[in-house]
Amino acid sequence: MSTTDDLLSTIGRDDDPATMARLHARLEESRDVDVAYRVVDSPLGDLLVATTERGVVRVGFESVGHDAVLDELGRDLSPRVLRAPRRLDDAARQLAEYFGGERERFDLRLDTRLAHGFRLEVVEHLREIGYGETASYAQVAELAGRPRAIRAVGTACARNPLPVVLPCHRVVRSDGTPGQYAGGPAAKRYLLDLESAGA
Amino acid sequence: MIPFESAVERHGATVLRVCRAVLGPLEAEDAWAETFLAALSSYDDLPEGTNLEAWLVTVAHRKAIDVRRAEQRRAVPSAELPEHGRHDPDPTAHDPVYDALRALPPKQRQAVAYHHLGGLSHREVAEILGGTEAAARRACADGITTLRRTLR
Repeated sequence: MSTTDDLLSTIGRDDDPATMARLHARLEESRDVDVAYRVVDSPLGDLLVATTERGVVRVGFESVGHDAVLDELGRDLSPRVLRAPRRLDDAARQLAEYFGGERERFDLRLDTRLAHGFRLEVVEHLREIGYGETASYAQVAELAGRPRAIRAVGTACARNPLPVVLPCHRVVRSDGTPGQYAGGPAAKRYLLDLESAGA
Repeated sequence: MIPFESAVERHGATVLRVCRAVLGPLEAEDAWAETFLAALSSYDDLPEGTNLEAWLVTVAHRKAIDVRRAEQRRAVPSAELPEHGRHDPDPTAHDPVYDALRALPPKQRQAVAYHHLGGLSHREVAEILGGTEAAARRACADGITTLRRTLR
């Protein structure tokens, strides 16, 4: 059918980006969007930020792969995932302020549905570690009520669905070295330096 | 099921082409939006393994009919000129291929759009247009013959 393909070939060239953007915008207002997201740039690379109607549900580093994060959201929350940047204006602004050293705590509604059980306990307690402070994995284990679950605290931090916003970067090794981080050790170091400069 | 955003990215352009082929240039964008809004609404109930593109083209077929009917209802009572500038200029408004497609008899136009642009099989085309698979195949072939003659 190559002649038919030739015949209709010019038709493939009309989906210009401006048209697709205008059409996409008509979907972004829909009430049927269960998970809205946008990508914000940051000193740590592009961050994918997603929200449900309950609140911000996920912050994903570029190093993890944004497609992987979207697949995870589609699987664990709802497939009705759409890029709808305006629904995350507030989160994007607060993140920009944080990275600019002008904000010490986030004032956002959060949806912690992606963390369960002890991992949820741990991420909830992360908010108790203030800006510019650090705590050891052992101290967080204590805060979460399971002082011997140090390794589990490490896992919970590594899988924190809301890094930066829920500050797992403030949890460090007992010798003071930063330790592992979902966004990579350099990103953790960057955040600790950013906060110690401001605090 | 892939995230809905990925479905829009992968199939948005195809659905737009189908809408533009079966409708006038201005109505096509309304049909596209109605298609994806309806698709989003039922997306979480879609059986795993659904052929997304075929499903979207089928939804687009129904929405194109709705949009066309709504336009006709609007057009009948008023003697006013059609509203220009309601949308941005459509790049296909004066495209010879689209003009030729839109000049085809409805069944042929739909069959060509759904099969050649939307990727539906002749059997699937027959399912949504009614009639036999053979009739759908013939409508496609007749449409292509006319297009070829018009565009020569």
